[in-house]
Amino acid sequence: MNALRIVIPLALGVAAIALWQFLVRHYGVAEYLLPAPSAIWPGFTESFAELMSALWTTLQVTWLAFFFAFAGAMLLAIVFNLSRTVEMALFPYAVVLQVTPMVSIAPLILIWVGYERVEAAAVLIATIVAFFPILSNATLGLRAADANLNDLFRLHGASRWQRLVRLQLPAALPYILSGVKVAGGLALIGAIVAEFVAGSGTATGLGWVITETGRNLQIAKMFAALALLSAVGVANFYLLTFVEWLLLHRWHESAIKTQN
Amino acid sequence: MTLLSLSHIAKTFDNGVEAVGGVTLSVREGEFLSLVGPSGCGKSTVLRIVAGLLKPDAGAVEFPQGRPEIGFVFQEPTLMPWARVHANARLPLDLKHAPDAGARAAAALARVGLSGFERAFPRELSGGMKMRVSIARALAAGPKLLLMDEPFAALDEITRQALNDDLLKLAREDGITVIFVTHSVYESAYLSDRVVVMTQRPGRVAAQMALAPPSTRDAQYRLTPQFAQSAGRISAAMADAARVAA
Repeated sequence: MNALRIVIPLALGVAAIALWQFLVRHYGVAEYLLPAPSAIWPGFTESFAELMSALWTTLQVTWLAFFFAFAGAMLLAIVFNLSRTVEMALFPYAVVLQVTPMVSIAPLILIWVGYERVEAAAVLIATIVAFFPILSNATLGLRAADANLNDLFRLHGASRWQRLVRLQLPAALPYILSGVKVAGGLALIGAIVAEFVAGSGTATGLGWVITETGRNLQIAKMFAALALLSAVGVANFYLLTFVEWLLLHRWHESAIKTQN
Repeated sequence: MTLLSLSHIAKTFDNGVEAVGGVTLSVREGEFLSLVGPSGCGKSTVLRIVAGLLKPDAGAVEFPQGRPEIGFVFQEPTLMPWARVHANARLPLDLKHAPDAGARAAAALARVGLSGFERAFPRELSGGMKMRVSIARALAAGPKLLLMDEPFAALDEITRQALNDDLLKLAREDGITVIFVTHSVYESAYLSDRVVVMTQRPGRVAAQMALAPPSTRDAQYRLTPQFAQSAGRISAAMADAARVAA
């Protein structure tokens, strides 16, 4: 069963690529519209150094943004938990930031941070995008501890700090981790959006490669950049899923079930 | 010696439910007291007021010899699922930074028959074993007063009887005073020195009765006329209380 889970989608992928190769060659589709898979590989190898350096830039932006979003959202969620007043005051604004499409704010952020520092702007944009799912899940999770356990902590005179560290944070962990998985994907999207919006300037990430190759009709190289980008997305997702599994599989029902 | 006295305790919840309507009760040191009554009669509320988890609207809770160390066992095992058995058992000791928490928790686990399960996670244990961890956690801190809120209601009969026997033994060894909430006539007849019967909501004390102490409390005791008589008296008192309320 487990082997089939890997073999079936893999076989489908190989078949689709073969069909793609065949159709492009058979109908003689122009390379600047849709290159055959065999043409993408040279696109990849010829620009290998440039693609790898773009990949590295994008990864740095994504991971930095992810880290800032995680640290900031956790801190704010804890503050919300300690003070209902602060939560009531700030949460609506967090929602506003979340529901306003990031693409529409990105130009403003770029102007403020400056086109000569596109990476810094990208980190900021990606951080804002990745922030909310962690904040909302952590806020929910910190309230999710069992009521009787809460009473037990009170009965035995637990301090506020003890209740937070020993009860609320562990109880919130499954919630936080599902927010973190969403945020990991969003941080990558944010990093790319920033470079798309910048369009020029000092951007050197995969988003910029995609914009540039589009302008120059280097479609094979564009496909290579796209493939790298999905590889990064998939790798990030599985990395975070693995972290989730590490932290939860011994005790949490959701992790136990998803193992199958 | 009186360990605890409640006078005219009343509690109405924010949603308007009048849970407890004036309970006066005193508990002697070392006794096993059962609080019985129909579901929703405010037994649990009384227990939570004694524990200091709820404030009564009226009346007073007094501990003439000072507030003792209190252990609480809920209807659910109420364990931290992310913590191993030993970490659960030592929680009350950890919260007060007790220096010998590890050793005391291990000793408490041994006393409830869970040696060798210290490193297990709660989900790996049966319902009865989880309840044993919950009891070990309550005992580890060395309570003088143990409050138990229908702790064995969700267990099968055999497990429940085994836990009843172990609880009696442990409470007696440590000289612990127990207030035990249950709606089971037989459980209260088996365990208690004294039974307090409560009325329907708002809960009041309908009757109190001391049960004649048996020579031994074990499986044989359940077969004696004395046990049947105790159970009969409790049943009758509960029926009376229901009639008064209706």
